[in-house]
Amino acid sequence: MEDINKRLLKVEDRISYIAQVKEGTEWGNLAGMQEKTARIRENFYDYAESDLADQIRGLEDAVQFLEERCDENLASMEKVRIVRSPLRFSLKDILENVYEEYTELGGEEDANIDPSLVVAKANILRQVNSKVYTQQVMVIGHEKGHGEEYRNGGCSKPWGNEKALRYMLVAQTEGIPIHFYIFTPGSFPIEDYPGAGQQIARNLYVMSKLRVPMVSVISEGGSGGAEAIGMADCRLMFSHGYYSVISPEGAAAIEGKIREGEKISKELVENCAERLKITALDNLKAGTIDRIIEEPLLGARRDDFAFFKRIKAEMIRATDEVVLKTKSLRTFRAYEVNMKKAEEDAADAENYVDVTWELRPDEIKRLLVFRSRKYRNMALWAFGGKPDSSAARMKRAKLRVAEVFYGLRYDVIKTHRKLAQHFIKDVSGEGSVFLKRVSAPFTAAYDFISKKQDYRAVRPVLDRRGGDSAGDPYLGDTYTSPLANEDRTVTCPNSHKHGCKDLWIPDLYGEFCGVCENCGHHFPLEYEWYLKNLFDRDSTREFNTEICAGNPLQNEVLEKRLKAAIKKTGRCSSMITFDAKVMGIDIVTAMLYSDFRNGTVGAAEGEKFVQACEVAKLKRRPLLSYVHTTGGIRIQEGTLGVIQMPKCTMAVREYIDAGGLYIVVYDNNSYAGPVASFLGCSHYQFAIRSSRIGFAGPRVIRDTTGEEVPPDYHSARNALRRGHIQGIWDRREFRRNLHKCLMTMGGSKLYYR
Amino acid sequence: MHQEDNIDFDEIISKYKADPYDYVDIHSIHTGRIRFQVEVGSQVEGVSGEWRHIPGTTLYILNRERNPKPVHSPTNGEISFIRDDLEGQFVEAAEKIITIKHPLTKREIIDGILREVLYPFVAPERAKYFFSMDIQSRIDRYGQREVFVKPGDELFTMSLMKRETPIYYEGEPGIIHSNYFKPGESVDQGQPLVGICPKNTLPLIQRIITRVKAEWE
Repeated sequence: MEDINKRLLKVEDRISYIAQVKEGTEWGNLAGMQEKTARIRENFYDYAESDLADQIRGLEDAVQFLEERCDENLASMEKVRIVRSPLRFSLKDILENVYEEYTELGGEEDANIDPSLVVAKANILRQVNSKVYTQQVMVIGHEKGHGEEYRNGGCSKPWGNEKALRYMLVAQTEGIPIHFYIFTPGSFPIEDYPGAGQQIARNLYVMSKLRVPMVSVISEGGSGGAEAIGMADCRLMFSHGYYSVISPEGAAAIEGKIREGEKISKELVENCAERLKITALDNLKAGTIDRIIEEPLLGARRDDFAFFKRIKAEMIRATDEVVLKTKSLRTFRAYEVNMKKAEEDAADAENYVDVTWELRPDEIKRLLVFRSRKYRNMALWAFGGKPDSSAARMKRAKLRVAEVFYGLRYDVIKTHRKLAQHFIKDVSGEGSVFLKRVSAPFTAAYDFISKKQDYRAVRPVLDRRGGDSAGDPYLGDTYTSPLANEDRTVTCPNSHKHGCKDLWIPDLYGEFCGVCENCGHHFPLEYEWYLKNLFDRDSTREFNTEICAGNPLQNEVLEKRLKAAIKKTGRCSSMITFDAKVMGIDIVTAMLYSDFRNGTVGAAEGEKFVQACEVAKLKRRPLLSYVHTTGGIRIQEGTLGVIQMPKCTMAVREYIDAGGLYIVVYDNNSYAGPVASFLGCSHYQFAIRSSRIGFAGPRVIRDTTGEEVPPDYHSARNALRRGHIQGIWDRREFRRNLHKCLMTMGGSKLYYR
Repeated sequence: MHQEDNIDFDEIISKYKADPYDYVDIHSIHTGRIRFQVEVGSQVEGVSGEWRHIPGTTLYILNRERNPKPVHSPTNGEISFIRDDLEGQFVEAAEKIITIKHPLTKREIIDGILREVLYPFVAPERAKYFFSMDIQSRIDRYGQREVFVKPGDELFTMSLMKRETPIYYEGEPGIIHSNYFKPGESVDQGQPLVGICPKNTLPLIQRIITRVKAEWE
């Protein structure tokens, strides 16, 4: 009887779980089944045992049938509900069941710097021909917990991500692989030190060249929070998980232009979830993940022990693959691992191949090359404007010539010249000391006889390369913003505080360059103003203008909006990349501007940025990222947009490692993904006055944290206070400040260290 | 005036009782063509929000040089007077155009009464102020309302640019009734630091405060 009771309980749980997934009991007569179970429970002891067993078997079969039907056509939003179910397995379940032993690092339970992010050093066992091997790994992941409030639902705080980074470096020191488990709806969007966005940027920057194999698995991949520990050599995903650029609710609020406090309709959320392409299969198709780990019907729960066995097999296999790729002697083992993957019931196989996870220096080098290639090739299909075959050939040929030219100029001639200069400097230094020694008695005698002439030391003059601005002919007739062509006045937003007088528009946008003459508030100006006023006259040469923002997920709304943006701006994407000169210094610039989809970054923008890094690397020039405005990642491109974060950060990291100087200047509004990756990782970041910089806007912060933020929370001044940026520049001094910055940060190593 | 017989508390109380409102006059901030956004009897809200960042109800829009400038209500209340005749007309600067009848809160009434009966001691400069060592130790020991000051007493230490200057009390002798500053925070010149109350009026003041607290909604 007790056994039957347990079975009944299980059936009840299964029915209520389906009801949870389907959000109601209308589907598949769940209500009727619930009634039936209730009836059985009520009259439990009135039935004969065999009769009960029959009834429950019937119910079990019916539930099984329902589960199978339900699982066949799971909508995206249903998968989201599965992932958010409190019954779903969490990282702690994985640590208990997949790994042999583990010790949590950086705190335990609620006595923890951030309980939503767990780091553990763990052992994983593998059996090779009846021999057992133990291998150490660092496990890092989000812990949603099973109802513990202090876990914050897996929303890791900035300091949680900082903890993750710290232990990634420990893993690097110890040379052990890292397994990442991503269970986060998103990062906790606060700017408190180290700052949500900045910390994600730092994590990405380090992970791009971390010298150990990394494998990540996504169960709930919420945008930036997921990327903070997601840039791995092999990216897996659970079949019932979701990986998305934004939560479906957030997307619905943006797409439906829903005002704060208004209710978002269920249909809109469901539509958005479908359009975002967030399921494992969608992501596999898009190429943002490498493989799917199959889960049991309607997603694994914390007691699916067979499933944990499969996770173990898949994690070992993925790590083996990553490691074996780097080994020169690998053919048989790689074949074996591949074969196992092909087998259907591979996950249950207990026998593994013997692969050591320690890498030699040359293997690490290969690992990094593979990682770089992996991210470089992501989302390449997701934008338009690729050259046809002859144009591509021409482009390649040009590139080769440029490589030879710049290689000769900088690697051969410059290195030799440098060597020669060093030698001459040493010789002359030696010579002067020697001469001084020899001539000292004579000079002393001479000084004694003749009176020494008084002279004043001449100050060394800083080589300005382009001459100073006073003599700059370009200031003679400056570009004036078309905004100035209006006869009216505007009020400075600070007038109540500083008593600023109304400003006459022709004055404001003409002579004052959009700056309030009293308080210095900067009114937004169009990006063309910067193009014309920041760089030397006629020095800008745009490249990659043909790369065009695409609509990889066939989003109807985006299609229309893209067309409108192209028509409005006459450009194909929100990023402009060009060679330019600033007071004679050659630089490469990548510029995000507001007119095109609010400066959002998608596959095309990411590709342009990566190519700008490559051009800067090739030509050994400083790289400037000027952010006129960016609203984040273009959500309609889904994870293909998110993937631009690691992709671009990788490119920047390689450029900086090769010796480049990377400077970022923020203007107007800069938020979200780009700030949390390729912009935020720069060592030298500046902002134009009156700009706002942050990870999430006030509304998102309010929705997520339930707390209000002060109106000046994202102001440049507060960013400076938090240590995010290094300085605030006046727009009128932008050119001079940029030149000064290039000279001080770059100096003699301006064109490569 | 600070003698008990000089203060007619009943009169003060009945004044507030009869008309527990403050009448806030709104003047045009500059010249321009005016469009009212409220009418007589409209309820308006004042500035709100934790950082006082949410502006009050828009009272009128003043358009000068094609720059329509909304002007918001500084306080809550009801519009009791409005210059309707100016609607759509050009107004001069500083012209009285609206009056808001602002219902006084208990706190505002008590503050108002105290302002009338206490002797305020104002900050001579914009600086940070602390009670002098002697006064502070007496406050710590006996409580603020037990500390009696008379002209010539060293009442404050003014801390300005790392220099500390003693400030001597001038005015009516009395006890320190109200404290308007926080030690270590800058106080603007002319702002009251403390309110001094002649010793014999203290019981009366306390009685009146209790009455206001009890009687007002």
